[in-house]
Amino acid sequence: MQAFTQHSGIVAPLDRPNVDTDAIIPKQFLKSIKRSGFGPNAFDDWRYLDEGGPEIDNAGRKTNPDFILNQPPYDESTILLARENFGCGSSREHAVWALEDFGFRAVIAPSFADIFYNNSFKNGLLPIVLDADIVDDLFQRVSAVSGFQLSINLEAQTVSVEDEAIASFDIDAFRKHCLLNGLDDIALTLKHADEITCYEEKRKQTAPWLY
Amino acid sequence: MKNAKTLYDKLWDDHVVRTEEDGTALLYIDRHLVHEVTSPQAFEGLRIANRQPWRSSSILAVPDHNVPTTDRRLGITDPVAKLQVETLDNNCKEFGLTEFTMSDIRQGIVHVIGPEQGATLPGMTVVCGDSHTSTHGAFGALAFGIGTSEVEHVLATQCLMQNKSLNMLVSVDGDVQAGVTAKDIVLAIIGKIGTAGGTGYAIEFGGDAIRALSIEGRMTVCNMAIEAGARAGMVAVDATTIEYVQDRPYSPTGETMKQAQAYWLTLHSDEGAHFDKVIRLNAADILPQVTWGTSPEMVVAIDSVVPNPDEESDKVKADGMRKALTYMGLKAGTPINEIALDKVFIGSCTNSRIEDLRAAAQVAQGNKVADNIKLAMVVPGSGLVKKQAEEEGLDKIFINAGFEWREPGCSMCLAMNADRLEAGERCASTSNRNFEGRQGQGGRTHLVSPAMAAAAAINGRFTDINKLT
Repeated sequence: MQAFTQHSGIVAPLDRPNVDTDAIIPKQFLKSIKRSGFGPNAFDDWRYLDEGGPEIDNAGRKTNPDFILNQPPYDESTILLARENFGCGSSREHAVWALEDFGFRAVIAPSFADIFYNNSFKNGLLPIVLDADIVDDLFQRVSAVSGFQLSINLEAQTVSVEDEAIASFDIDAFRKHCLLNGLDDIALTLKHADEITCYEEKRKQTAPWLY
Repeated sequence: MKNAKTLYDKLWDDHVVRTEEDGTALLYIDRHLVHEVTSPQAFEGLRIANRQPWRSSSILAVPDHNVPTTDRRLGITDPVAKLQVETLDNNCKEFGLTEFTMSDIRQGIVHVIGPEQGATLPGMTVVCGDSHTSTHGAFGALAFGIGTSEVEHVLATQCLMQNKSLNMLVSVDGDVQAGVTAKDIVLAIIGKIGTAGGTGYAIEFGGDAIRALSIEGRMTVCNMAIEAGARAGMVAVDATTIEYVQDRPYSPTGETMKQAQAYWLTLHSDEGAHFDKVIRLNAADILPQVTWGTSPEMVVAIDSVVPNPDEESDKVKADGMRKALTYMGLKAGTPINEIALDKVFIGSCTNSRIEDLRAAAQVAQGNKVADNIKLAMVVPGSGLVKKQAEEEGLDKIFINAGFEWREPGCSMCLAMNADRLEAGERCASTSNRNFEGRQGQGGRTHLVSPAMAAAAAINGRFTDINKLT
């Protein structure tokens, strides 16, 4: 997993609540057996005017000029600003892979759906929860300044505008540690293999029907 | 009661292997269900790291999202989908895992076959790379959906790093009216608490109306816990649960079964257990439900009208409602029972079990699908559900009424296979999500119960199941 320490970039506003993972990456792209290459199809139904598919070349498709990520400078944004319950719906990790492949390193929203939130950490995409009024303020700043940028410091847990911290965010200590160091959490868990085996041995006595 | 625990507390405590300083727990997983869409990258990860599955016997795999619901002997025509299903077959062979392949009569939707086989048992932790894994909570199990990285994590370690959720009780008190089903109950709950209402919580569903439900009804309710934002939904174990899990292929037998039952019957929240949030609904107030928008929380009763965004005080919500109305091609104030449909879909992990099919068949019997309905399809949840339905003659009832009777799979719930809506088509669907494009790009989904879907097929528009003539 790629580590996340600090990041600065252009903020793209996606001003609607309940953006679901079907919208982030539509189902036809889930037929892939790979982890990469989903970026060109992130938000496919909103981003293109014609229908896409896993075998269709995106270069020949009609893009929707009204969609924010098709408009410069947002086509080069790396921070997504969203509304409440971002990433709801399906557990598809392809949604996180698509956002990362597009170039996003962080998503800021008042709330995230649990599975999406979890999946993000597994891939070095930082989901940042800020109060709804702070998010509201950020939407206003983004609309006032074209190419508005934010800086994120995970160690300090802050979001800044031009070196001035405007908000701080919470994150579980363990997740922060893994993300800062880009740790492979399977390897971390396997360090406790003896404890897992010990648990299993006990359970075989108390709940033999499970084995 | 001192140290009173909720059902969720008990399930959690029984599965913690170790805890980090910040409270992050390593949670042991008893059952891992696997399907073709969210697993290939996980198996690939195992191969790259040269790892093996920790406990192969915990795994049950099945292709369901991509399988055709038409004649199986013809195979899968879409080469990309075909490769994905073959990849699952090959991974299961390579790692020695049990798989019900496409030609196996036990094949079906992963959340239908787990319980059907007794592979889902009370007290288990059950995970799957699918958000509707919450379904299995109906058995008093801790069941939740995971992403592909976590699928790989469970394959390799039999565990997950988890943070404990808060406890929420949703109590549906009293008895429901005639014609009101588990689907209507859960849609009403989502309408009340919203699609983010359960975020960060594990929901226990309780109250007389939940207790009165069959296991299949409880599965429908728990299935849609995720649509209320909760990764896990659950119902306490009782005699209904115990009866259902008897004599299934994976269920324990003899003395072990007796030992298991004694434990299972402790799987309920203790008197005085603390819930961080309690929501109460009066069952008698719930009418058959129909969603009108592009989020499951956009739901009203059949006797209502499409709501007006101008009457919503929350600006973000009102904007969301306007976008939904535009997408759905609906005007505020339109009576729900005047909305005409193009297609009807009866199926999905929410509503494709035998009781769902019986309820729909009862409405369809002796009737004909309306002329304006281009396609009405019934997709059983598994090969065994299909067989049972055929033994009961339900297939004939559907076919005679003008429905198509298909092979089992996820089908038009998410339209990964050929079953889908065309742009602008309006569908009454027994599935779980009415998101934009969910059933096909530009398709318009209204979520309803199986009986309401069948009634919509017969009348060509939404109809109160209790006013059907």
